[in-house]
Amino acid sequence: MKKYFSRYFLAGVCVLAIFAAANAADTIKIGGIFSATGPASFIGEPEKNTAKMVEEAINAAGGINGAKIEFIIYDDETDATKAVTAFDRLVKMDKVAVIVGPSTTGNTLAVVPKAEEAGIPLVSCAAAKKITSPVKKWVFKTAPSDEPAVRKIYKHAQGSGISKLAIITASDGFGAAGREELLSIAKEMGIEIVADEVFGPKDTDMTAQLTKIKGTAAQAIVCWGTNPGPAVVTRNRVQLGIKTPLYMSHGVASKKFIELAGAESAEGVMLPAGRLIVEDQVAGDHPQKKVLSTYKKNYETNFKQEVSTFGGHVRDAVLLIAEAVKISGSTEPAAIRDGLEKVRKVYGTAGEFNLSAPDHNGLTDEAFVMVKITGGDWRMMK
Amino acid sequence: MTQGQILQYLISGVTVGSTYGLAGLGFTVIYNTTEIINFAQGEFVMLGGMLAVFAMQWWGLPLPLAVVAAVAIVTAIGVLIDRLTIQPVRHRSPIHLVIITIGISILLRGGAMLLFGKDTFSLPPFTGGSPILFLDAAILPQNLWVVGTAILVLIAMKLFFELTITGKAMLACSYDARAASLMGINVGTMVTLSFAFSAMSGAIAGVILAPITLTSYDVGILLGLKGFAGCILGGLGNPFGAVAGGVLLGVIESLGAGLFSSGYKDAIAFVLLLGLLFVRPSGLFGKKMGERV
Amino acid sequence: MGPGFFSRRIVGLMFFALAILVMPKTLPNDYYLTVLIFAGLNSILAIGLNLLLGYAGQISLGHAAFFGLAAYTSGILTATHGWPFLGAAAAAVFLVGGVAWLIGRPTLKLKGHYLAMGTLGFGIIVYILFNEATAITGGPSGFSGIPKPVMLGWKPVKDLEFYYLIWGIAFLIFLLSQHIMLSRNGRALRAIHTSEAGASALGINVAGYKLFIFVVSALYAAVAGVLYAHYVTFVSPGTFGFPFSVQLVTMVVLGGMASLWGSLAGALFLTTLPEFLRMVENFDIVIYGAILVLCMIFLPGGLAEAIHRIASLFVKVFRRIGLFSKREGAG
Repeated sequence: MKKYFSRYFLAGVCVLAIFAAANAADTIKIGGIFSATGPASFIGEPEKNTAKMVEEAINAAGGINGAKIEFIIYDDETDATKAVTAFDRLVKMDKVAVIVGPSTTGNTLAVVPKAEEAGIPLVSCAAAKKITSPVKKWVFKTAPSDEPAVRKIYKHAQGSGISKLAIITASDGFGAAGREELLSIAKEMGIEIVADEVFGPKDTDMTAQLTKIKGTAAQAIVCWGTNPGPAVVTRNRVQLGIKTPLYMSHGVASKKFIELAGAESAEGVMLPAGRLIVEDQVAGDHPQKKVLSTYKKNYETNFKQEVSTFGGHVRDAVLLIAEAVKISGSTEPAAIRDGLEKVRKVYGTAGEFNLSAPDHNGLTDEAFVMVKITGGDWRMMK
Repeated sequence: MTQGQILQYLISGVTVGSTYGLAGLGFTVIYNTTEIINFAQGEFVMLGGMLAVFAMQWWGLPLPLAVVAAVAIVTAIGVLIDRLTIQPVRHRSPIHLVIITIGISILLRGGAMLLFGKDTFSLPPFTGGSPILFLDAAILPQNLWVVGTAILVLIAMKLFFELTITGKAMLACSYDARAASLMGINVGTMVTLSFAFSAMSGAIAGVILAPITLTSYDVGILLGLKGFAGCILGGLGNPFGAVAGGVLLGVIESLGAGLFSSGYKDAIAFVLLLGLLFVRPSGLFGKKMGERV
Repeated sequence: MGPGFFSRRIVGLMFFALAILVMPKTLPNDYYLTVLIFAGLNSILAIGLNLLLGYAGQISLGHAAFFGLAAYTSGILTATHGWPFLGAAAAAVFLVGGVAWLIGRPTLKLKGHYLAMGTLGFGIIVYILFNEATAITGGPSGFSGIPKPVMLGWKPVKDLEFYYLIWGIAFLIFLLSQHIMLSRNGRALRAIHTSEAGASALGINVAGYKLFIFVVSALYAAVAGVLYAHYVTFVSPGTFGFPFSVQLVTMVVLGGMASLWGSLAGALFLTTLPEFLRMVENFDIVIYGAILVLCMIFLPGGLAEAIHRIASLFVKVFRRIGLFSKREGAG
C-alpha cells in the first residue's frame, strides 16, 4: 500500500515538474508596481485590479502569440524607496521581461535609472511629461500628459472670452506637475494667472484659499488635483457663493468626484477627460468605442465598482506590450522594447497610440474631450 | 484685504481648529492618566466618520442613529484597546506604551482599509447645506455644529472632572498615580475610562467633521498630528488648553493660507508653534512640569 | 569592566564583521542584496537615534528630516551644481550638523512630549520645504539624476559594491558608537538619562552633553542620507516624512533601547519584515501592526534581549570548549 502510494506520488511530482517546466517556457512574465496603499491608493487600486483582470482575460483567450502571461504585482505603498525595492525584486528575483507602472510620477522617476541600467522596458502609468521627455531608451508611458489637458482647458476658456484665471493646485506630484504646465502654457497663450494657490492633498478645508481667489479679478478657476481635495474645493466654492466657472483636471474624472462634491455643487464643472467616463456618449463608429465599452463592462462586473481612467492606463500598457510582442515575435526585454517603438494605430482606453523612437507616449490631445457635469452626470461638450 | 475675507479666514480656522481641539482633548485625557501620547487618537477620529458613513450604508440607519452608533462603537474599541494592549503592560515606560499605540494605529488604519476600502466618502450635513451670509462671510450650518459640539464636549468634560467622584478620581491619577492608588482609587479602571473618553471625543470629532471635509481610511494621521500639536500648543494636560490650542492652530493655518502662502501654511503654523515653545516651554496654558519620556 | 567584557565585545565585533563579509555569499538571489542595503542604511539611522533616545533619553520625532536634508543637499550639489561626490557629501553632513546644532540648542531645553513636539515640528517644516521649494528640490515628484558616488577613483555601480560600502560604514559607525558609549561621554549621558538633576549636581554639563549627542545622532542620519541619495539616485519628499521618523523610533524601541545590537536587529527586522509579508497581500499592514504590538507586549527588552539570551548561550558553549577564560565579565 505504502509502496504504491510513494510510486504514485513520485509519478505525480514528475508530471508536475514537467508541466511547470513546460509552462515556464512559454510564459511572459510582466511585473507590476502599483501604489495599492498609501496616499495614491485610489490610483493603484484600480490599476492592480485591472492587471489581474487583463491577465485572466488574455490567458483565457489563449495568451499572446500562444504564450500565457503572468502578472507579478507589488505594492509600493506610494513610497519611492519601496518602488525601488519592488523594481529590484521584479528584475532580480522574478526575472520579469517588462514592467508596468509605477502609478505615480515620483515613483516612476525613482525607478527610471534602474530600468535604464537593467535594460528592462518600463511602461509607466503616471502622467508627467518629463517621464518620456526627453526620451529614455527603456521608458514608455500610457497616461496622457498634462500639457494637452491644460491646452484643452485654456482653449475652452479663451473661447468663452476668459483671460484672467485663478489656479488652485494640490501640493502632490500630480498637482505640482499640473501647476508647472498651467503656469508655463498660460504665458504662451496670453492668459493671465491672477491667483496661484496650493492645498495639501489631505487638507480638509480650502475656504481660505478660495476666499483669497474670490478677492481677485479671476474670471474662472482651474483646480488641479486628485480626489478628495478637488471635491472639497468644489463644495467650498459653492458655500462661499463663488459663481465663476470652475475647471478641473482629468485627475478627478470619475463618478466618485460627483458623489463626493455633491451633484448640486458639482453642477457646471468642466474638465478635459479621456473618453472612458463618457463611454455611453461616444459614437458607435468611433475607433475607441469597442475597447472602451468592453473594458468598462468587464471591470464593473468583476469588481462591482465604477471604472476609472487609472485602471485604463494599465489596460493600455498591456495592450501595447502584447502588440510589441506580436511585432517583434520575441518575449525578450530588448525585443519588447524595440517592438514598443513600432506600435502604430493601437486604440486603447486613453486614445490612439502611435509610438516611435522620439515619442514614447504616442498620444495627442485628441485623447481628451471636454466634459461638463450636468444633472449629476458627465456630458461630452462639443 | 476686506473685512469679510478676514472674517471668512477666522470662520474656517475656528471650524477646522475645533476638530483639532476635539482630537487634542482625547490626547489630554489619556495623557493625564497614563503619561503617554496615544498615537491612535487620529484613528479614533477617522473611525468615527467612517463608521457613521457605513452605519447608514450597511444598516440603513438614519443619520442621528448612525452618529450615535459610530460613537458607541469607537468608544467600545477604545476600551478594548486599553484592556487588551495597555493594561497588561501598564507599568512599562511611557515610550514602550507609545510604540504600542503606534502599532495599534497601524492596525486600525489597515483594518479600516480592508473593511471600508480605499475610497473617500461623504456624510450628509446634519441640518441643511445652504450657507448663512454674515458680513460678507459664509457660515455653514455644519460649521456651527462643529464649534457648538466642541464647546459642549469641553463643558461636559469640565463638569465631569469637577463634579463627579469618578472625575475627581481620574484627576487624582493624573497628579500622582501611586498616591491615588493608595487612596483606594482603582487606577486601572481610571485608565480604561480615559481611553473610553478619548475614543469618544475623537469619534465625535470625526462624525461632525465628515459632512464638511469628507473622510477616508487615512485621514487619521493628519488629524491626530494636528490634534497633538494643538494640545502641546495649549499646554499638555489641560483640557481647556487642548481645545484652545487646537482652535488657535486652525486659525493660524487659515490666516497663513489666506494672507501668506497656502503651500507653506502648515510650515507657518509649526514655526509659530516652535517659537512659542522656545519662549514658553510648557505651552500657553500648561503648568510647569518636569516629566520625562 | 573586566577582561571578559572586552573579549566578549571583540568577539561580537568579529562576528559582526564576519556576518557582513559572508552574507552576500549565502543569499539565494541578488534581490536580497537590495533589501540588505536598505537595512544597512536603516541601521546607521537607528544606531544614531538610539544614542539619543536609548542612552541619553531624549526623543526625536524629526530624524527623517536630517536624513532627508543630507540626501537632498548632496543630491542637488552634485546633480545641479556639478560638485564632486566627496565635496557634496562633506557639505551635506556639515550642513546637517550645523542645523542640528542650531535647532538642538533651544529644542533640547524642552522636556518629554514637548521635545517630541519640537522635533516633530522641525521634521514637518523640513518636509514642507522639500515639497514646496519646487525650483530647487523638484517638488513632490522628487529630484532625479543624482550621480553614483565616485571616491578616490573608486566608482561603485553594482549592488554588491554598495552593499560593502554601506555596511562597511555601518560597521565603523557601530564601532564609533561603542567607543562613545564606553567613554566618559557615555557615562555622562547615562547619568543624564537616569536623572538630569543628579547629573547636573555632579557637575556634568547636561545641556552640552545633550547637544553633543543630538548633533552626533543627526550626523549619522546625514551619512545615511548621502549614501541613500547616491545609491537610489533619486529623492522625493515622501521618503522623509513623519511616518519614517516614527518608523525609526520604532526600530530603536523594538530593537531594544540603549543597545547597539538591538538597533541593528530592529533595523534588520523592520526592513525585511515587509518582504515576508508580501505574500499576504492587503493584510500585510494589519499583520505588521499586530506584530509590532505583540512584540512590544511580550518582548519588553526588545529584540536585543532575545539576542542577548541567544548570545549568552553561545558564550556558554564556547566556554565549554575552552575558548574563553572562565572569569565573569561586567557587561
